[in-house]
Amino acid sequence: MVPTSYYLVLSAILFGLGVLAFVFKRNIITIFMSIELMLNAVNLAFVAFSQALHKSDGEVFVLFVIVVAAAEAAVGLGIIILTARNRRSLNVERVDLLKL
Amino acid sequence: MSFVLFMFFVLAGLAVFGAVALILQSHPIHSALSLILVMLSLAGLYLLMGAEFVAAVQIIVYGGAVMVLFVFVIMLLNAGEEERTNFSKLASFAGVPLALALAGVIAVAIARGSGHLASATSGELTSTKELSKLLFSEFVYPFELTSFLILVAIIGAIVLAQRERS
Amino acid sequence: MPILEYLWIIPLLPLLGSAINGLFGSTWSKGAVNAVALGSTGLSFLCAIEAVREFLDYYAQNHQPYVKQFFDWIVAGKFRAGFDLQLDHLTVVMLLVVTGVGFLIHIYSTGYMAHEGGYYRFFSYLNLFMFFMLILVLAANFVLLFVGWEGVGLCSYLLIGFYFLRKSASDAGKKAFIVNRIGDFGFMLGMFLLFRTFGSLDFQTVFAQAAKWQPEAMGQFGTITIACLLLFVGATGKSAQIPLYVWLPDAMEGPTPVSALIHAATMVTAGVYVVARSHVLFTHAPTAMYVVAIIGCATAFFAATIGLVQSDIKKVLAYSTVSQLGYMFLGCGVGAFSAGIFHLMTHAFFKALLFLSAGSVIHAMGGEQDMWHMGGLSKKIKITFLCMLTGTVAIAGIPPLAGFFSKDAILFGAFTQSDPAGKVLYGVGLVAAIFTSFYMFRLIYLTFFTSQRYDEHHVHVHESPLNMTVPLMILAVLSIVGGWVAAPAFWGGTDHFTEFLSPVFGAPVEVAGEAGHSLELILSGVAVLAAIVGWVVAWRMYRPQIERRTSTGLHKILYNKYYVDELYLGAIVRPLVWLSTNIFWKVVDAGMIDGTVNGVAHGAQAVGDTVRHTQSGNTRSYAVWVIVGAIVVFAIVFWPVLHPALFGGLR
Repeated sequence: MVPTSYYLVLSAILFGLGVLAFVFKRNIITIFMSIELMLNAVNLAFVAFSQALHKSDGEVFVLFVIVVAAAEAAVGLGIIILTARNRRSLNVERVDLLKL
Repeated sequence: MSFVLFMFFVLAGLAVFGAVALILQSHPIHSALSLILVMLSLAGLYLLMGAEFVAAVQIIVYGGAVMVLFVFVIMLLNAGEEERTNFSKLASFAGVPLALALAGVIAVAIARGSGHLASATSGELTSTKELSKLLFSEFVYPFELTSFLILVAIIGAIVLAQRERS
Repeated sequence: MPILEYLWIIPLLPLLGSAINGLFGSTWSKGAVNAVALGSTGLSFLCAIEAVREFLDYYAQNHQPYVKQFFDWIVAGKFRAGFDLQLDHLTVVMLLVVTGVGFLIHIYSTGYMAHEGGYYRFFSYLNLFMFFMLILVLAANFVLLFVGWEGVGLCSYLLIGFYFLRKSASDAGKKAFIVNRIGDFGFMLGMFLLFRTFGSLDFQTVFAQAAKWQPEAMGQFGTITIACLLLFVGATGKSAQIPLYVWLPDAMEGPTPVSALIHAATMVTAGVYVVARSHVLFTHAPTAMYVVAIIGCATAFFAATIGLVQSDIKKVLAYSTVSQLGYMFLGCGVGAFSAGIFHLMTHAFFKALLFLSAGSVIHAMGGEQDMWHMGGLSKKIKITFLCMLTGTVAIAGIPPLAGFFSKDAILFGAFTQSDPAGKVLYGVGLVAAIFTSFYMFRLIYLTFFTSQRYDEHHVHVHESPLNMTVPLMILAVLSIVGGWVAAPAFWGGTDHFTEFLSPVFGAPVEVAGEAGHSLELILSGVAVLAAIVGWVVAWRMYRPQIERRTSTGLHKILYNKYYVDELYLGAIVRPLVWLSTNIFWKVVDAGMIDGTVNGVAHGAQAVGDTVRHTQSGNTRSYAVWVIVGAIVVFAIVFWPVLHPALFGGLR
């Protein structure tokens, strides 16, 4: 049997890798994907807890997370399309109009 | 080592491999494919834990809809290889340490705090029936809200991606 | 008892006159201003007379001073300082002198100031002074007295600096105020000590309690002694004694009526009044009395020596005032309080007379004040000359004029002290009397008798108008008869004055019978002899064809007032100014206070400048900050779990 903590540590590793990707990648779409990766890591943790505690609430919550992530991806990609058309670049560092 | 443990390590390794590939690849389409790999391996892990419904939803929604959406947008925008700009000094210096710190903090918290939890792969399957009962009784309100949320997202996406009316 | 019920009317009338003249007088004619000023002072004088009459009736029935509390001014816990006025025999003397002589000087001023600018302002200030002085003498507690004390100091400043466009005048005003302030600090400390000891500052309460105390021993610096010494510090400031006399000669920058009223007859006597009023405290503190007597005597001598060689007519009179005030303090210091007050009264008469006459001379000479540019005026301004001569004879102490009786009483009091030091004080006082006579007659000879030292074509000498000469004549009469109320026994009169003041100071101390009688005779004779010696020496030295010589040696030191002003400047003023400029201004104010305020602003700016860099506009940097926040939040939430981990290693 696999101890719960293994799943949780995996979740933490995936989350950390998601953070790394979020910080180091310059393409806006890739950054979005790193967000999805982080959400997936969280989902894994939810399911692991749900199984460990023998309650299904965690899995229900996973469903919600997936739904929200999907909605967010849709809208976010819409925004990305607009920004890309405007700035003619997908490099997030080129969008620096807020610079003081 | 039991079969379950072995499968766990395989799937976990695949997931980590996919995540690392996501970081190291320069073309976004390769990153997208790596992410699909991660999701599939996560689905496998869910199955391993007995959460079959979640696994199915993961593949269908995440793998089949969200990632397809990503791939389509990459195609639409003609995304090429990433530019190697490096304007943010802060990110170059503090990025790795901070990410490691975050992961470390979480890991330590988990390691310390989860000793009392039972094993996650107990072999029990989560009954879908039970899940749906929960969904439509205790969680009916969030459920209805999510349908609304999706509607809003659809409208938003359509409005945002419209061509300018000339 | 109509007036006594409304005792406040006496100070209020001049206050109203001051306010009306001050607010509206600038557009009025001289006549209108005069009417208000003279009317208020004159009415105040009449009310004072009526109040005195009523008080004497009251006293005959009740044998107590009349005290009336009008309203509570300060009430703080158990402390109460009210607007309380009191009338007793001492107040009667002061009240009549202030209102009477004040009224005469007001009349004189209408003539003297007729050609000056700021006419209404002068009378406004003068009336304001009368108000404060009356508050001072009528007060029934130290606090109200101090109000009057400060107020007369203020009016002195305003009036000395009346010709404010002249730098020397405004400097003199400032000097007077600041030096007075130093004395006032001592006075306040004295008041605080009295309050702490007796719990109240009302005269009745304090003196009644103090009377029950054991008198302190000579040389012992007990509470009462220290309080008395502190009050005396204030008195040295206000009454121009050593070491705080330096403002009075400079105060001659003011118009002559001001010098007469404030710096001769009334304000400078406030210090003597306070010492006399607090005689209960002083008699319980022999050390303090000793100090008072010594300083008074020393000042009398010191100032007289400076007056010997001055060339400005008003400066001679100024130093004479300082000297005579010293006599008054000497009288109080040896226990002869009524003699001191008697000299206060006679001095008010003849010093006011002398100053006003000097003013008349200056007016006649078109503004000239240097005696070496006068001479031979006796035939030209007869009335002024006669009045001035009367005043001089009075101050020299030649009987039967007033000065003889009062000065004699003081010197007698000093001589009859049981302490042998009294004889020393007597001796020094006698020498000072010789000097007094000398410099006053020197003034007469230089001004009126010696050869003419001015150009007739430039100076048109003319007698003063009636509104100036009539007050002179009235004061001359008072100088002649004023002393007769206290003629010593051997002259055939009774000492009415001391009797009058006995309810305040206690019964007069009689020196034993026959021996005392003949002692008085001898001492009186010696005093007259001293006056005559001074006169004769002056007569001999200031021959008709006298010429001014250059000042050398001792003469130079005396002429330059022993360089005391320069000493104060170097030893006190310069170091203080240095301290203020370099420490208090540059270090404390500009450096620390401004620095702190500016520093806070700078700090805020610096912090802003630093934090600004987080807003780089770069998404990746923002992402890093998000991660940082996430770590912090996570750590806070999971602290109980993480906590042991940090110390026990990560396993």
